[in-house]
Amino acid sequence: MSSTFAQSPSIAPLIELRGITRQFGDQQVVRNLCLSVAAGETVALIGESGCGKSVTLRLMMALLEPTAGDVCWSGRPVADLNAGQRDRDRLRFGYLFQNSALFDSLDVFENVAFGLREISDLSETVVCNTVHERLEEVGLSAEICDRKPAELSGGMRKRVALARALALEPAIMLYDEPTTGLDPVMTGVINRLICQTRDQRPVTSVVVTHDLSTVQAVADRVVMLEPVSRLEADDRQVIFSGTFAEAVASPDPRVAAFVGNTATESRPATENSRSQGDPACQNHVGDGRSGFDSWQDRKWCTDNGQEA
Amino acid sequence: MASVPLSSRAPSPIHRVGEVVLDAVESIGDFTLFALTMWRQLLVRRPRRRVLLENMYAIGVGSIPVVVVTGIFIGMVLAVQGYDSFHLLQMETRIGAVINVSLVKELGPVLAATMLAGRVGSAMAAELGTMRVTEQIDAIRALGANPIRQLVVPRFLACFLLIPVLTIVADMVGILGGWALSTRVLGINSHFYWEHSRSFVTAFDVMTGLLKSIFFGGAIALIACFHGFHCAAGAKGVGRAATIAFVMSFIAILALDFFLGMLLNTIYHLAYPIPPSLL
Repeated sequence: MSSTFAQSPSIAPLIELRGITRQFGDQQVVRNLCLSVAAGETVALIGESGCGKSVTLRLMMALLEPTAGDVCWSGRPVADLNAGQRDRDRLRFGYLFQNSALFDSLDVFENVAFGLREISDLSETVVCNTVHERLEEVGLSAEICDRKPAELSGGMRKRVALARALALEPAIMLYDEPTTGLDPVMTGVINRLICQTRDQRPVTSVVVTHDLSTVQAVADRVVMLEPVSRLEADDRQVIFSGTFAEAVASPDPRVAAFVGNTATESRPATENSRSQGDPACQNHVGDGRSGFDSWQDRKWCTDNGQEA
Repeated sequence: MASVPLSSRAPSPIHRVGEVVLDAVESIGDFTLFALTMWRQLLVRRPRRRVLLENMYAIGVGSIPVVVVTGIFIGMVLAVQGYDSFHLLQMETRIGAVINVSLVKELGPVLAATMLAGRVGSAMAAELGTMRVTEQIDAIRALGANPIRQLVVPRFLACFLLIPVLTIVADMVGILGGWALSTRVLGINSHFYWEHSRSFVTAFDVMTGLLKSIFFGGAIALIACFHGFHCAAGAKGVGRAATIAFVMSFIAILALDFFLGMLLNTIYHLAYPIPPSLL
């Protein structure tokens, strides 16, 4: 049976949330949320802590079920899919978890190979080659294959998790706080890897982040959510949707307060950073193999005992 | 007259009882669905050999030392406690029969299951709970795999298949412990000790114990994995899941022991009817 993504008309948004509400017990985290993501787009979801960004990301991938409303993949409600179809279509997604979520008991190689072994009967040679290619793509060498996640730094864990997500060649990448807890240099590295992933593949991306340097570097469109607790009965949870430059210039004080300070600190953003060729993204492709192109990144990683 | 909103009233004892009952019914329903999903996944696709062997090693081989130590002591304790009563009746040589039948029918399986619940069940709940808290279970789903097939099925199979072996080990060392103390310390004649044991302990008794142990193993694995999968957030949630897993497993062991004991006794009496007494 072919996937929903293949069957559906290409005109429909790749992911669409139609009036989604999600409650945990008595607490409403997402209320009547409407949001769509078009194919090839990179959307950054921003907002205060607790406004439901990560929950929205999980709803998009059907890792959580909505209390009300529909999640649609290429125009088709996920609720209409049976479990098998849903699992199959979920393979079109890659998900980078906030804390990497690497499997503690498995080494790096087994972590990256996990999805490949689970969904296919690929030969061990093919699995091995794919794992090494993906690790190389995120700037890691095969030498770390035997290491356990506990032996890796935060930046390396993120990159291994990204390699694991990319191993299945996803059409949609969801990033949950990809740079949280990382220093500025490693944040730049991860931003470049997100850009590189987007540019090397026909991939649609949704990035949940607090980090406006990430938003500036990677986003085509910025969507800002407001916490449900602050909303009046008829208010919409999405309070802004537009480019980063539009967010900076937004007359809405909530958007301006969130975006303004950091934007002026970093650089004037008159246009979408991606279309302008943000320096953070410019050198990300490099030789097409590694996200590490500045010698500073390599030196920092070497100094800190990391693979570059 | 202004009405007081329902939510602002303090819940009455009846409401509280109702909440407890509803929570219990919901938990039973969730557990049943969890168990059914596990069985379906078990039938759909067998776990990978390597994963199964790893679990079998951790659950089976790792449990042998603790089962051996506790088994020996249980056998010796039975001998010490039973000796005085049998001595008063001048029937010391029959103590082996009581020790051995108690061990193979009840204490061996219950002891092995309790050790498994304490050593393995709570560890499984804590491990799976940690995986849930650190989003590893979500990561499995995100990679297109079924977490119940990946995590629960191998653990269930390992417990299910290996607990009879652990029970046999507990039976054997318990019997040896009881024999050693009875004959070497309490001075009971070894020949008559074994002779009375042989005439009293039947194959049905041994099979009863082993059959019960299989149910205990399955229950321990399911309860531990269920509580791990439904663990609340944070370190406290993981600790609570491990504790509840052990407590619930222990209750399940005793409850199953009672009901299976009744059932198997009934079957025994149907298969081997006792002739009517003349008195």
